[in-house]
Amino acid sequence: MRFSNAALILMVLAVPAVAADNDNVNGRNWAATCTGCHGPNGRSDGPIPGLIGLQKAYIVMAMREFKEGTRQATVMHQHAKGYTDEQIERIAEYFAAQKLN
Amino acid sequence: MGLSRRQFMQWLSATTAAAGAGFSPAARGAAARVVVVGGGFAGATAAKYIRMWAPDIAVTLVEREPEFISCPLSNRVLAGVVKLKDLTRGYGKLQARYGVRVVQDEVVAIDNAAQQVQLASGQVLKYDRLIVAPGVDLLPAEVPGLPEGSERILHAWKAGPQTIALHKQLEAMHDGGVYAITIPKAPYRCPPGPYERACQVAWYFKAHKPKSKVLILDANEDVVSKKGLFTKAWTERYAGILEYRPNSEIVEVDAGAMTVKLAFEDVRADVLNVVPPQRAGKVALDAGLVNANGRWCSVDFLTYESTAVKNVHVLGDAIMAAPQMPKSGHMANQHAKVCAAAVISLLRSQAVSTQPLVTNTCYSFVSDKDVIHVASVHAYNAEKKTMEIVQGASGVSAVASELEGQYAESWGRNIWADMLG
Repeated sequence: MRFSNAALILMVLAVPAVAADNDNVNGRNWAATCTGCHGPNGRSDGPIPGLIGLQKAYIVMAMREFKEGTRQATVMHQHAKGYTDEQIERIAEYFAAQKLN
Repeated sequence: MGLSRRQFMQWLSATTAAAGAGFSPAARGAAARVVVVGGGFAGATAAKYIRMWAPDIAVTLVEREPEFISCPLSNRVLAGVVKLKDLTRGYGKLQARYGVRVVQDEVVAIDNAAQQVQLASGQVLKYDRLIVAPGVDLLPAEVPGLPEGSERILHAWKAGPQTIALHKQLEAMHDGGVYAITIPKAPYRCPPGPYERACQVAWYFKAHKPKSKVLILDANEDVVSKKGLFTKAWTERYAGILEYRPNSEIVEVDAGAMTVKLAFEDVRADVLNVVPPQRAGKVALDAGLVNANGRWCSVDFLTYESTAVKNVHVLGDAIMAAPQMPKSGHMANQHAKVCAAAVISLLRSQAVSTQPLVTNTCYSFVSDKDVIHVASVHAYNAEKKTMEIVQGASGVSAVASELEGQYAESWGRNIWADMLG
């Protein structure tokens, strides 16, 4: 069975909690898997490319090309295969929204 | 929007279970308190990310050392290519930028019933959630004949004074001498580390003491990590200098004669580097968190909460990792972020994310400049309640390259900034 939106809202109001599996939180958490290499919030020191402030479409395209093997890579063709299209969208949105300063 | 009834009931039970675990800090009317024990790749990252994502939560980080020294990249100190100070960073930004209270002290006892940590200074820290990231303890007592605290036979398996001392031993050794490194049975901290170290010493010998030899005595039956790439480096770069011997578990060390007794032979070395077997750090053992093989701490991979003690989370090398999750600094940094997000949710009586991802990237220097990597991405398998490598998302370098050497140095600066500010 499925609940209607109105019923869901009522049930949500009845418990003192909010689900963590929402787009913003998951996007933030998944983007944090990138920053071990790409630097805090995607701000990189050195030749590893920074991700902060890149356009969403650019990150999505690059990740797709890494997955397909059409973009030159040392390691990203391996990492890219670990993320679903949805995860890549959320991650790209996250870094696109970060401001350089 | 639509949730199936089953999904909704799962979510409902998760949230009410969390809320029912006791009075939430919010209900108590005070800021939630998190104490983090250990300021390495795991602990420092967890402390920073909790404050960054939830500035309302008070975080105290307890670390016994005044500064962070990176184990990753420290094998290069042995070759004289970098200095330990290049791999050293302070804890100041954690406090100044993120408001983490950093306490240089040692944990004496963890009292989970009272939810407090007793420090050597006498200070007592109360917590709502405790994160224990003690790294590994080395167990020289498990190597027969190995004198504890020996200044002659070093491990240098924690970057610090021993790293510098081992470098000095190599410098002092005569040309024509033998350096031997012994490797314990896996799992141990940093699977490719011993092989990288052998490469660094061999590179140094080739450049400065070409009559000298490197001997790897591996208790494992084969090279544990990046086998093809390391074997290629040894054959192509260090033929005649480096020798690898599998199935070479130490029977006994004769410290006076600088000899390692193996099952069928005795091996003498001028510089003997014994990496002992390892276990989760003592603070985890004392707190009753060690419940896997008498060595490691089992955790729930959604939260990194201990399966032995409630409200206590364990991160980094100390955990009983899922298969193919190495004990690496990079992995520890990744555990910490999943845990940070989960701890915030739990303290707010919210449901924990059910889709954690962790990645690993380990770079190894096979010369002064050329580098190889192993990488993987791991996702949660809800049915098996474990982390698994996503199909296709793992691999190693095609070849050793200077480009990856530059990436490895960039990786170091970026991950230290990610954890410390």
